[in-house]
Order: sequence, then C-alpha cells, then structure tokens
Amino acid sequence: MFNHLLSLLIWLPVVGAIPVLLAGSARPNMARWLALLVAVLTFAASLLLLLQYHPDAGGMQLVESYMWIPAWGVHYGLAVDGISVALILMTTFVGILVIVGAWEVIQDKPHQYMAAMLMLEGLLIGVFCATDALLFYALFEAILIPMFILIGIWGGPRRVYATLKFFIYTFFGSVFMLIALLYLYQKAGTFDMATLAALPLTMKEQTWIFFAFLIAFAIKVPMVPVHTWLPDAHVEAPTGGSVVLAAVMLKVGTYGMLRFILPITPDAGAHFAWLIIGLSLVAIVYIGYVALVQEDMKKLVAYSSVAHMGFVTLGIFIAFMLVREQGNTEMAQLGMQGALVQMISHGFVSGAMFTCIGVMYDRLHTRQIKDYGGVINVMPWFGFFYVLFAMANSGLPGTSGFVGEFMVIMASFAANPWIALFAAFTLIIGAAYTLWMVKRVLWGDITNPHVAEMKEINGRETFVLTAFAAAVLAIGIWPQPLVHLMDSSAMQLVRQLAVHKI
Amino acid sequence: MPNFNDILILLPEFYLVAAACLLLLLDAFMKPEQRASLHWLSILVLLVAIYLVIAGQPDFTATAFGGMFVRDRIAEILKVFALGTTAMVMVYARPYLIDRQLLKGEFYTLMIFAVIGIMLLVSAGNLVTVYLGLELLSLSSYALVALNRDSGLSTEAAIKYFVLGALASGMLLYGMSMVYGASGMGGVPSLALSHLHDVMSYTTAPKLLVFGLIFMVVGIGFKLGAAPFHMWIPDVYQGASTPVTTFIASGSKLAAFGMAYRLLEGGMGDLSPHWQMMLAVLAVASLAIGNLVAIVQTNLKRMLAYSTISHMGYLLLGLAAASPEGYAAAMFYAICYSLMSVAAFGVILALARSGFECEEIADLKGLNQKSPWMAFLMLLAMFSLAGVPPLFGFWAKALVLEAAIHAGMLWLAIVGVVFAIIGLYYYLHVIKVMYFDKPAEGSLLQAKPDVPLRVVLSLNALSLLGLGLYWGPLLSWCRTAFGL
Repeated sequence: MFNHLLSLLIWLPVVGAIPVLLAGSARPNMARWLALLVAVLTFAASLLLLLQYHPDAGGMQLVESYMWIPAWGVHYGLAVDGISVALILMTTFVGILVIVGAWEVIQDKPHQYMAAMLMLEGLLIGVFCATDALLFYALFEAILIPMFILIGIWGGPRRVYATLKFFIYTFFGSVFMLIALLYLYQKAGTFDMATLAALPLTMKEQTWIFFAFLIAFAIKVPMVPVHTWLPDAHVEAPTGGSVVLAAVMLKVGTYGMLRFILPITPDAGAHFAWLIIGLSLVAIVYIGYVALVQEDMKKLVAYSSVAHMGFVTLGIFIAFMLVREQGNTEMAQLGMQGALVQMISHGFVSGAMFTCIGVMYDRLHTRQIKDYGGVINVMPWFGFFYVLFAMANSGLPGTSGFVGEFMVIMASFAANPWIALFAAFTLIIGAAYTLWMVKRVLWGDITNPHVAEMKEINGRETFVLTAFAAAVLAIGIWPQPLVHLMDSSAMQLVRQLAVHKI
Repeated sequence: MPNFNDILILLPEFYLVAAACLLLLLDAFMKPEQRASLHWLSILVLLVAIYLVIAGQPDFTATAFGGMFVRDRIAEILKVFALGTTAMVMVYARPYLIDRQLLKGEFYTLMIFAVIGIMLLVSAGNLVTVYLGLELLSLSSYALVALNRDSGLSTEAAIKYFVLGALASGMLLYGMSMVYGASGMGGVPSLALSHLHDVMSYTTAPKLLVFGLIFMVVGIGFKLGAAPFHMWIPDVYQGASTPVTTFIASGSKLAAFGMAYRLLEGGMGDLSPHWQMMLAVLAVASLAIGNLVAIVQTNLKRMLAYSTISHMGYLLLGLAAASPEGYAAAMFYAICYSLMSVAAFGVILALARSGFECEEIADLKGLNQKSPWMAFLMLLAMFSLAGVPPLFGFWAKALVLEAAIHAGMLWLAIVGVVFAIIGLYYYLHVIKVMYFDKPAEGSLLQAKPDVPLRVVLSLNALSLLGLGLYWGPLLSWCRTAFGL
C-alpha cells in the first residue's frame, strides 16, 4: 500500500472534495464534517509518509512512475525528498486548520468553500511531489482555479479586482515557463526533471530559460518588483484563503526555484545570483519599511510575507555565490538550510498571523488598525497567542522565525558582510512593524465601544491557534528534526550548484 | 469506371444522402404530431453514420472514383467528430427549437446535408471535390443561418454570410483556375491534389502556382474565420439562432481544418515555405484581433465569436509548422475546440427559454446560485477555452505551441502565449459573472429540465476535464493518422 502513498495524498483530498460538494447547501454540517474527515485522513497519510521516508538515505524516495502520454513521453511521475516531505506535512497540517477555522465563519455555500479548499490542498501536494516537468506545470497552474474561486466568492469588497489580478498576474508568469519547458523538451525529448537536470545547455540558452523560470516563480514567491498582486489578494481573500496563500502557495514559488532553476540552469543562476540577492535585499529592507506604514493589518502581514520570503530567495542564491565564488560548500549548505527552514517557519507564522486577524475580523468586521486598541482587556487569551505569533514574526529566538533567518544571515556574512548587514536590518524593521501593530491593536485603553463587546476566543479558535503555536514553538526550540529531515536534500541541492553544464 | 469497391468506400456518404432524402420525404408526409420523432431519427442516422465510418475504415488509404475521394485515417477522425458534434448540437437544440416553434424537418435535413459537405471536404482528393464539399456545406449553412425567417438579425446575418461566402468561394475558385493553368490543363485528373503535388517538382511556372496559392489561402482563411477574413464571424454567430451558431462553431471548424490540410499539404506541400509565412501572419492577426476585440464584448455569442477567431489563430500555429507533428497538433486542436465550443454554446442553449435568449454575458449573473451544476459546466468550458490546465484546452495549446517551436518559429509561440494571457481576461470575466455576482432582480435563469440535454451536456463538459487528465489515446490516434 505504501507504493501509492503519494498518489493517495494527492487524490484523497481532490476526490474527497466531490462528496463534500454533493452534500450541497442544504446540508452544510454534513459538508463540514466530511471535509474535516478528508483533511484529517490526508494529514494521517502525510504522517505515514514521514514514517516511510528515510532522511539519511537521501535522494528521491517513494517513486511512482507511469507512462501518462506515450506520444510525448510524459510520465505521471511522483517522488519525494526531505524538502517535499516537510512541505507536504505543512500543507496537510494547515489544511485541517483552515477547515476548522472556517467552520462557522463561512455561512454562504460552505460546501463549495470546503470543496475548493480540499481541491487546493490536493493540487498543492501534487506540486510538491511531481517529478515530471509537465505534470508539475499542470498542477502549478491548476492551483489557480480553486484559489480564484475562493477569493472571488468569499472575499472582501474588492474581491473581483483582487482575484482577477491574482489570476492574470500569476498566469502571465507561468506561460513563459511553459515555452521554456517546451524548448527543453525539444532538446531532451522528455519532460522528466532528472533528465532535464543533466541536459547540457549553452550560456545563452540557460540565460533565456533562467529568466523564463524566474518570472514564473518570482511572481509566485513573490519577489520585488512583481509582488503587487499579493497585498490585494491577501486583503480581499477570506481568512482561510489568506492562510493557504501565505502558508503554502508562496512556497510553491521558492520550491520551483529549487527544482527548476538550480538544477537546469545552474550557470545562469550563478551568473545572475547578484540580481536575485539584490532583489531579496530590497524585499527585506524596503518592503519592511512599506509594511511599517500600513494601516490595514492584513496588508501589513502581506508585506511582511514579501520581506520574509526575501530571506528564502536570499538563502538560495547566497548559496550560489558561496559555492561558485568561494567554494565554501559548508556555508552554502547553511544558507540553503536556512532558506528551507524559513519556508516552513514562515508557513506557520504567517498562517497564524492571518488566522489571528481573521478572528478579530469576525468580531469587528474591520481590518483597520485604528479601529482597534485595548483588545487585550477583553480577549486576554487571544492576546497571548497574538503576542506569541508577533514575536515569531519579528524573529525572536525561541520561535521558528529566528532559526531560518539566523542561518541565512550567517551564510550571508560568510559571502559578504555587507549583504549580512542589510539582511540583519530585518531584525529591527520586522520587530518595529510587528510590535507597533501589536501595541496599537492590543495594548492601551479601549477607545472604540465595539471593541468592548468583543468576545474571547471560543474552543474552535483556541484549537487552531494552539496548533499553530505548537508548531511555531517546536521548530523554534528544537529545529533539529526538521533540519535533519531536509539535511540530505539540502546537501544534494548544494552539490547541484557546483555542476557546470556548458 | 466506378465499381462496387468505390461505392463501398463512399458508403457512409451515400448512406447519409439516402437517409437525408428519406427524412425529407418523411417530413413531408408525416402528421404534424408525429414530427417530433424526426429528431430522434436524425440523431440515429448520424450515429449509424459514425458506425459506418469507423467499421468500414480500411487499414490503408483507399481512394475512389479515380482519386477524387480519399478515405484515410485523417478523414475518419474528422468525420467521427463532425458527426458526433452535430448529433450533440441536435440534442441541445431540441428544447430551444420547440420553444420558438422552429422545430421543423428542414433543420435536420439541412444539418445532415451540411455534414455530408464536411465529409466530402475532408476526404477530398481533387480540387473539384474540395469545391463540391465546400459549397454543399456553405449553402446548407447559409440556409440554416436564415432558419429563423422572422428575425431581422438572422436574415441580415444570412445575407452577410452568403455575400462574403460567395466572394470567398470566388477567390478560391480563381486560385484554383491559376493552379489549373500551371498544372498542365489536363482536365479533371490534372486537378487531383496528388497530381498537383507532383507538378511542383517540374513546373515551369512556379510564380503562377504561388499566385494561385495566395487566393486559395484566402478561401481557407475565410472558412476558418482567420483574421483578416473574419468579418462574417461575429455577425453570423450573433445573428444565427444559437443551435446553428453551435454547429458553425464546431463541425464547420473541423471541416475547415480538413480543407486546409488537403489543399496545403496534399496539393501544395512543396510550396510550404511560401504558405508557412502566410499562415503565420494570419495566425498573429487572428490572435491579436480575436483576443483584443473579445475583451469589450457584452454579448456572449459575439464574445465567443471573437474567441473562435483567436482559437483559429492557435490552430494555424500548428498548420504553419508544416510538419506531420504540426498537422497532428492542429487536428487535435480542431477536435478540442469543437468539443469546447459545443459545451459553451450548449450551456447557453440549456439556459435560454422562449423570450430569453441568455446571450448577454450579464444574463449569466449569479448562475452559481440559481443552477450550480450549469455554472460548473460553463466554468469547465471557460477554463478549457482559456487554456488553463488540467483542462483539455491547455494540452491542445501546448501541442500547437510545441509544434511551432519545433518548426523553428519560437517567436510565433511567444506571440501565442502572450495573447493567451490577454485572452484569459474575458473567459475569467464570464466566470466572475456566474460565480461572484448576485443574481439580478427577477432573474429568469433556470436550466431546462430536458433530460437528454442535461445528460449529454454534462458528459460533454466533463469530457473536457476527463480528456484533460488523460489525453494520450486521442493524441496517439491523431498522430497515427499522420504516420507518426
């Protein structure tokens, strides 16, 4: 039965969405419980995956490969390494929490909401384990459909604008990747990612392909200057949509970089590493300042997401610099691991932050910071969680936010102290924008009479926030298991950086 | 001399002609209350024709009447899908026609004659057969567009279609006459496409051939509806009653592909460097005009008309590659497009009622609340037309893009994807209206309870998802037809 564990993980939520949809609007509770059941089963399957995966063996494991389209040599190929396992676990974990989180909040067509969420979850898992480039691309694009629906139906007042912008923006990037993949297919005669990785390419070809990939993934991450869809999408999306978007979907971009840019265009990647490093620093410093002046809480966290994802891209490309220019594989590995840990950590922290904002929004129906103040007086338990996640968001040691950022800064220092200096700015700016928001929202006297009527979080919300808190603290205090899980895969990635393909 | 074998090769066509004549007679002598059975009889006739096409398919390429008629795999596939989509159109059309008192025998017989035209066209082995098939299809289509005689819009559309169609036929004929001159003027046999193919190698008048070719490309461009020969498409799509539009947008496109393939590759294959560039220009113009103008349309049928123009641009990408892979990709695209457009128009037909055409995009407001299943089917059709994976339309696009890159026309592929992004907007707009807008006050939206319509339409739209997940066999089928 373990031979098809990955297929099970993908198809369980996708097929499970059908009975949820069929439950219809007449039986909303049945739809909710069915959705929860499917999400829990998927999470259980992902735990089984964790047990089946051998971190020390390295390489791609649990391989499934069937001929899908013989005429084109396309395979239905799935396999996982440590990075995929970690991301899949995070996806299924967040998958349960968004369904629980939406329980009573979504009253309008809950069956469609739950079904779209499950569909999204299955497709995201698929993206993280596809080994065939065309399969990856199909799944990478398909995730837009449920997200488009989620933002468009259950979103805020400007949802139509936001969701169209989101869809067209992301689609724009990925079509160029399609051209690049078709070009690679011409040369290699296959879409198998391992074969494409071994394909020799001239510098000119690599440069074009690199930029085609970059535009697809940079928009998804999102990197400066193509991040402008994210604040709109986040602000208008329903809470669950924002959580999945921030926690999992942004990781698809950086995951794509690891799977495509690193192995297929290593020389172009090394050549243009300065560009990505520069853009990452701009994201960290400039977007940090942009976050500082936001008046909408969701927008603030959205911008802080861009800044934090800057650390992931910085970690990946600083590794290029370290390997190619200094031959320092040890530090490169640290940078790569930092990027990977940051991916997972940001998933939990940003997911938790958006959940917190959602909790407040459900009570007051506003996201403006100025409408709040003194929330701690009426919601002490909520305040506890909010402060905890805010600390994690600003990278306090002991929370998951610290681990990845610290590793990336260390690696940057080895590459160039100036880079490290700018990267370390985040510790100040991140603390500034997050804590200032906490100050204005939680502390002080109650000025808005509606705030006084806010009710303390209920059991369901406590469950969701506790689960997020447990993950954030676990990674922060004892990151070793997570690092160990991804260790051999990170090493493999760093080895790929050194390969010359010209 | 024609012998029994020739007749066997043409059996499906002969059978259809006989059946159509019989239906005409039945229609004339039946009591009015029994006429409803004509509908099921016509569908049965088409299904039997599909069986005859598949069952009688020879293993090798068979020709009849001295090469006038070619029966090969390419013709087989195109005929099967042309017959199939026409049968689907009939199923979708019934409730619509009943509502408007248009359910008459003419509709069915004209449709069947048009299908015979398609079958002749895609099997043509001679310029004469090409013209014969084309005219049979076109004349039936003109009459079909004018079916709703009392509607000014329909009549206007029919006249426009007829005038422009006659002009295009004239162009085609003029081109053929030039080619005839270059081919040695040996009577009908010298008009055989295979003969033309041979002429290329020793002709003394290549200029004359290229001159003729240009006019033939105009004729093909008109039939496909590729810009700048697209002027008739929006008016005809909007003006014709929706079932007829559905037919023109599906079976007719398969015929146009067949005609283009027969004339260009079959007859003028050696001139491909000349026509490749012409087709590339037509493709870019169609992509640009179709996608850009569709954005501002408020009428759903008119928007789908401009979307057709853009889709013909993609189909031309495959044809312009002028390689077996390219033809296979273009044929795959034509099949895919016919299935998608039948599904999209099918939803319009399912929602239209007497006094409510459901042809404005705004008419679909809040469809997800009124009829979630119909909204879902339309969503599948729209995402497929937009080319979003995992739906069928995406793979067809990927195939033609690959063919263009393979033929060394990377720039054309890039133009193709850029316009795919622009085109995405208007398909998403339809989904936005259905899913994100609230139903209008007193909205009449309601799916027809007609069971065959619902079942076939559901299967049709779900096939876009199913073929999107598993399109290997269909692609292999298309590729074997071109010897791959």
